[in-house]
Amino acid sequence: MSLGAYVVRRLLALIPIALGVTILVFFLIHLVPGDPARTILGNQATAPRVALLRHEWGLDRPLPVQYAKFMGRIVRGDLGSSLFYNTGAGHLALERLPVTLWLIGFGAVLSVLIAVPLATIGATYRDRIPDHLVRVVPLAGLGFPPFWVGIVLLLVFGLHLGRLFPVGGYGSGFFGHLHAMFLPALTVAFAIAPILIRSLRASLLEVLESDYVTTARSKGLPERRVLVNHALRNAIVSTVSVLGVNIGYLVGGTVVVEQVYAIPGVGQLMINAIFQRDFPIVQAVTLIFSVMVVLVYLITDIVHALLDPRVRFD
Amino acid sequence: MTEPLLRVEDLRVEFRLSSGRVVAVDGASFEVGRGEALGLVGESGSGKTMALRALVGLLPRTARVTAGSIEYEGVDLLRASEDARRRLRGRSIAMIFQEPMTALNPVMRVGQQIAEVPRVVLGVGRRRADERALELMRLVGIPDPVRRAQAYPHELSGGMRQRVMIAIALAADPQLVLCDEPTTALDVTIQDQILQLLRALREEFGLSVVFVSHDLAVIAQTCRRIAVMYAGQVVETGSVEEVFREPRHPYTLGLLRSVPDFELVRERLSAIPGTPPDPAAPPSGCRFHPRCAFSRHDCTGGLFPLQPLGGGRATACIHHEDCAEDARREPVLARA
Amino acid sequence: MAIAAEAVAEATFVEHSRGFRSRWYRTPSFVTGVSILGLIVLAAILAPVIAMHNPTDQDLLHTLAGPSWSHLLGTDDLGRDVWARLVYGARTDLQIAFLAVLFPFAIGTTIGLLSGYYGRWVDTIANWFVNVVVAFPFYVLIIALVFALGSGTRNIYIAITIVGWVSYTRIVRGEVLVAKRRDYVLAARSAGLSDPRILGRHLLPNVITQAIVFACSDIVLDILAIVTLGYLGLGVQRPRPDWGTMIADGQTYLTTHWMLSTIPGIAVVITALGLSLLADGLADLLRPE
Repeated sequence: MSLGAYVVRRLLALIPIALGVTILVFFLIHLVPGDPARTILGNQATAPRVALLRHEWGLDRPLPVQYAKFMGRIVRGDLGSSLFYNTGAGHLALERLPVTLWLIGFGAVLSVLIAVPLATIGATYRDRIPDHLVRVVPLAGLGFPPFWVGIVLLLVFGLHLGRLFPVGGYGSGFFGHLHAMFLPALTVAFAIAPILIRSLRASLLEVLESDYVTTARSKGLPERRVLVNHALRNAIVSTVSVLGVNIGYLVGGTVVVEQVYAIPGVGQLMINAIFQRDFPIVQAVTLIFSVMVVLVYLITDIVHALLDPRVRFD
Repeated sequence: MTEPLLRVEDLRVEFRLSSGRVVAVDGASFEVGRGEALGLVGESGSGKTMALRALVGLLPRTARVTAGSIEYEGVDLLRASEDARRRLRGRSIAMIFQEPMTALNPVMRVGQQIAEVPRVVLGVGRRRADERALELMRLVGIPDPVRRAQAYPHELSGGMRQRVMIAIALAADPQLVLCDEPTTALDVTIQDQILQLLRALREEFGLSVVFVSHDLAVIAQTCRRIAVMYAGQVVETGSVEEVFREPRHPYTLGLLRSVPDFELVRERLSAIPGTPPDPAAPPSGCRFHPRCAFSRHDCTGGLFPLQPLGGGRATACIHHEDCAEDARREPVLARA
Repeated sequence: MAIAAEAVAEATFVEHSRGFRSRWYRTPSFVTGVSILGLIVLAAILAPVIAMHNPTDQDLLHTLAGPSWSHLLGTDDLGRDVWARLVYGARTDLQIAFLAVLFPFAIGTTIGLLSGYYGRWVDTIANWFVNVVVAFPFYVLIIALVFALGSGTRNIYIAITIVGWVSYTRIVRGEVLVAKRRDYVLAARSAGLSDPRILGRHLLPNVITQAIVFACSDIVLDILAIVTLGYLGLGVQRPRPDWGTMIADGQTYLTTHWMLSTIPGIAVVITALGLSLLADGLADLLRPE
């Protein structure tokens, strides 16, 4: 089947999941103990305001009707209106989206730049000292809380070592972004690099024992070419899937990292909304994040299919 | 007599396992002359594949050569640098593997995999290398090479894949081709085609070949000389004709007698009783003696190296006369 | 026939445990992991004894003090002893993390078992739930849930359970799909053993090992989640000691008293290292030989 048909098939499979996602997001409001409207408004709750909110959110109608209203609004692009700002929650979130996307993208790139060389060294020097050093990274690295890593990096590079990087903000212009986002992106990269290293190293070890690598060596190819064009090229196919899955984790990690570095992205919007008890924004952001994750999974599948010619021929 | 192209002496290959060390090849010796085809015959576990791999330094990670010499054109490969060995691979010594499905890179087009050899190893330009790949594909009998070159290995049939492997092996004009059971994984009809192809190519380019197989019939078709391996050792060498007519090792005799429809009608088929020894704990003395019909007391202890018998024949059996006599009495081959 | 089937299943399970008993002390990762973790758990249990101060006692005359004999690691911005808060924080966070892993483990394993064994629509529905949960970034969903439910320890458990069961389901389902084709299961079925019996006594012991290994690394994830929630102010509520809140509180004084934020983080890292080593060692030991 062609790539196009493959993509369409995957998209169709996504529909029930997308529905499930909206249901979950919809139900968030019903998890709130007691009267959601009153709890959300907190100490701003006056009887008329509560009543207004209940009506606006349709909380006095039966559940299926509420859900239908909810879906109706979403389909029209209305993700609810913020309780504090006078704009739509969706609009606010989308405004800040590019910043967060920058962080995610930059972080993903850095994580690959870190993981590939380390995993390759580990696999090439299997069971020798360089490999042991490399294996420590996933072992210890998974236990580092991303926000704490961010703080430490801030401490070392932002405040001490000649104040190399700004301690917050987004910067302006492409290189300004690169500069300002370097430490946050590095923080994010450190969060998922351990998993990538572990997966790629294991994959490489397996591939290096395979027959086609022996064939490649029997051709008299230099070892570097065998490693890159034959071994790595195959090992990376399975690691792409791992990267995709972890980008989901990565996306979530940006929420905290944005807090640490005061970056004006969607994550920071969410945290602020939580403290301001601005429920619609929290709901909208959760939905947007999950759409991002699902898209990432789809892109990962497509990239995987592109890299592995055997996949399309299911 | 001219110097042999390849001379292996007392080769010893060991495996390092978690449970200890296992000797896969224990003192194997054989030679290959220029333009000659040598068959390396034995059951699985005889060490024949390991011996072959050792020739080009392509042993698995856990194995290593611990003794012996491998002389190629007079140079001992075991004492040469890894760089020197690598330079020989492809250019002088090529290898054809058993399982073409796993031996080809699944994510690279086959044309590329062939062209890679002249391009990277010989430094030929990209376009010239691609042309050479097409030439080679035609040479090995792949129809419609231009289209086929764009295919991935999983899109080709087993026979096609093996032809690609052969093309890869020949791409840098080697002198010696090592074949590790190249037809075992193929259908019988395809097997024949591939064997014929190999024979034709060998004649056309004057290649020397070491052909590893467990199948005597295949060896008989392709090789002029034969070396029989058992439990990690070479137990008999000689020309195919002589050895088949008058085997001088009981194991060879047993093998010959256990092969069905060997171009003739025989009175009875017989199997060799017993099983091959555990490589981690071989029997003392001659390794075959527990299963041997001719064994006597002096077979149970001591070493049994290959003894040359003149005229290119050698055997490790000290009772080879009895064996030969038995073979004469009850011949394996109806015609010599 | 039924007895034979049971015997085979028992044998497979006993194989695992016997291998474990004889080899555990020879597996360096396991031993190191247990030691590290053991030390920290011990410290947490003995917190009232070794803390020497009450973690919530403020001493506004001696704020931000450096290390001294009375305050081993100094004091924080409210004069509270850092060492005391550290060990009591271990108590809090470890307690929550170890408990928090149990519910997802139980629920996820059960669903995975049923889904893998019965297949068809049970499996389809379970998979749908799995895919929906997995479509959300881990932290985002947890934060949103904690927001909706309200902060506090009880809701941390709920949030982690709702998000965390998924991994166990996937693992166990995978194992069951393989195991249910094995001889001992086929034998048990043809002997007429009831489904619950097969599931509980035959399949479960043999598929659960992978889930147990994962549980160890899941505890790490939970610790990170708890600490992150604490940092964001959504988790363990002040003034109860928690490593996350300690890091957050210390961030304001990063330029002058960097130790306040760094030390709790190091505690997390070491604890996580112990658990990861334990998980690795366990994986090695429980692998069928």
